[in-house]
Order: sequence, then C-alpha cells, then structure tokens
Amino acid sequence: MSTNRRIDTLVGGFVLLGLAALLFLALKAGNLGSFTGGGTYATQARFDNIGGLKVRAPVKSAGVVVGRVAAIGFDDQTYQAVVSLSIDERFRFPKDSSAKILTSGLLGEQYVGLEAGGDDKMLAAGDTIRMTQSAIVLENLIGQFLFSKAAEGDKKP
Amino acid sequence: MSAVAARLGAWVLDRLAGIGHGARFFIRLLALLPGALGRPRLVIDQLHFIGNRSLSIILVSGLFVGFVLGFQGYYILQRYGSAEALGLMVALSLLRELGPVVAALLFAGRAGTSLTAEIGLMKAGEQLSAMEMMAVDPMARVLAPRFAAAVIAMPVLATLFSAVGVIGGWGVGVLLIGVDAGGFWSQMQAGVDVFGDLGNGVIKSVVFGFVCAFTALYVGHEAQPTPEGVSRATTTTVVASSLAVLGFDFILTALMFGAA
Repeated sequence: MSTNRRIDTLVGGFVLLGLAALLFLALKAGNLGSFTGGGTYATQARFDNIGGLKVRAPVKSAGVVVGRVAAIGFDDQTYQAVVSLSIDERFRFPKDSSAKILTSGLLGEQYVGLEAGGDDKMLAAGDTIRMTQSAIVLENLIGQFLFSKAAEGDKKP
Repeated sequence: MSAVAARLGAWVLDRLAGIGHGARFFIRLLALLPGALGRPRLVIDQLHFIGNRSLSIILVSGLFVGFVLGFQGYYILQRYGSAEALGLMVALSLLRELGPVVAALLFAGRAGTSLTAEIGLMKAGEQLSAMEMMAVDPMARVLAPRFAAAVIAMPVLATLFSAVGVIGGWGVGVLLIGVDAGGFWSQMQAGVDVFGDLGNGVIKSVVFGFVCAFTALYVGHEAQPTPEGVSRATTTTVVASSLAVLGFDFILTALMFGAA
C-alpha cells in the first residue's frame, strides 16, 4: 500500500504542476484577469477606409484599451467599411464621441482611437458612432504631397 | 503486365485493410476509455510511468528551447528596435507551435517507445494471449489504461514545456541580455490571447496525445512477436508518431490560425 500511496502523491504532484503551469501561462502570459471579467456592449462605426485594421485590434481611449474590434464588414450602399466595436461595460462614452483609426508607432499595428465628445446622452448597445476619421494611407499621403509640390512648381516661374 | 497490376491491387487492398484494422483498433480504444477511467488505480500507475518519468526531459528541453528562443529572437528583434517584443515572440511561438509539437516529439521518443516495447514484449511472451485465456480482455486491462494515461499526460507535459520555455526566454532576455522586464511581460500580455493561443495550443496537445498513444499501442500490439520484431516496432513508433504529429500540426495550424 505504501508504494501505491507514494505513486499517488507523485502523480498528484505531476497533475498539480501541469495546472500551475496552465495558470501561470493564462495569468502571466495571457493576461486573463484584466479583460474578460466584465461584459461588453456593441457599437458600430463607419469608415471610408480602414487601412490595415484587423479583427480583435484594440479600441483605445486616451491610450487605454477599452474594447476590441469585433467584426469588420462592408456596406455596398455607401461603399464604407462597417466596423463593430465591443466596448467594456465599465466604460461609457458620450453619443457624439469620435472614432479614428490610428497606428501605434511608425510600423505598429492599427487600432481604433475613441475620443469622448460632450453630449449628455451616452452610447448604448447598437448605436453608431457618427464622427469617424479614416486610416491614413501612405500612398494617398505621398500622392497629395506630390500634387502640392507640382502645384508649387507651377506657380514659381 | 497483369502480374504487376495484380500485385499493385493486392498492395492497395493490403493498405486499405491495414487502415481499417487501425481504425477499428482506435475505435475500440476510445470505447474502452471511460471504462479505463473507472479503474483509476491502473491509470494512476501508468500516469506515473508515462507522465512523471517524462518530466525531466520535458522540463530541461523546454528550458533550453526558451533560452535559444530568447537569444535568436533578440538578435532579430533588436535590428528593428523592438527588443521588448521578445516576450510576445517567445510566448506565441511556444504556445502555438513549439510547446505542443516538441513536447509531443519528445513524448513519442520517451514514452511512446517504452509503451511499444512493453506491449510488444508482452505479446512476444504470450502474456496477452494468457490473459485472454483467463477471460481478461487485454485491451481493457493493459492497453486502455495506458491510452488514457498518455492522453492525460500529453497536455500536462506540453503546458509545462511552454511555461518553462517562457521562463527560459525571460531568463535570457531579461536577466542576461537586459531587455526591459516591464515591456517583456506587457507586450506578451497584450499579444497573447488566452483562448485563441493558449486554448488552441492545449487542444493541439490533446490531439497529439491521442496520436502518440494510439501509434505506440497499435504498433506494439501489431509487432511481430520476436526480439527483432519488437525492435523494429519501437523504431516504427518514433518515426510514425513524429510524422503524424507534424502532419496533424500542419492541419490544425491551418484550421486554427490560417484564417486570422
């Protein structure tokens, strides 16, 4: 019986070690505690161009992550991208808040920046954010720059 | 000409019969799995043999894979001035791929071979036939507990491998090279999705557990009951389970991460 007990203890330790590793990975590497706790509410925003925005990209306000991009679709009536944002229930934003697509760093991933407005009413589930600003597309920017340079060159002589 | 066609046909039929035989064996093992879990004494003994005894190789390999990932990742990332992303790189590569796959390969080498040799020798010594004579089903008494233990042990070992690897990457990156510890962990936490990355990694390792356990037991059970046959079966186990793990890993990766 004593060898059985020893083996039981060893196997128990083995399984416990595995669970501890899972917990370590979930908490320390995956950051389980901070975000999945509360529920979220869904809002929408329409953009003329989303650039390289991806599903699950963060939604940040003042640099703090307040939600995630839940889905990205296309509306063939207005030819706009429809981005569904799921925002943490703890955070409420005024109805006239504006959404921008920004890039973290020069080459970093793109995210949605929310800027609070001044309305008394708050965004509720299913609302659409009216004011949006599209992603900056480098090619368009270079095109504009070249055009303005060319226009300057015409004026000079 | 017709002789060649006949031989080809016989070969194809042989293979088909082999696949069918293997599938029936697998289904029988699956059907016996709940019964095996109802006899925990046998499963615990096997868990000790398969799981605990594999700990040292898994932990040491995980640590060293983490070390190497830390060095190589830093070498590449510091060229782009994003050495803090080292934590994310180490964690993602371990959780998604290296943890489950390398742990499964080591598991096939460490535990799969011993399972095959054990079953093969039992068969060569006619112990399995003797059990049948005593109206004890060797599938239920010998093979099913080993199957259950291997399927339980695999995800535990893979998770341990990843965890130790992350610690190894941290040791090299933060302690040795001097990457900022805050950036290391925060980038990791921002980029690792608990269900998408960790969860899928665990699912992978469960699948690999089934693959390795089935291969080892099936090859052992079908071994020629001679010393030479058992030695050949042991080799076959390592080759077949390694290839099967890599193949399944490709399919699972394509399914889990292909679209995103």
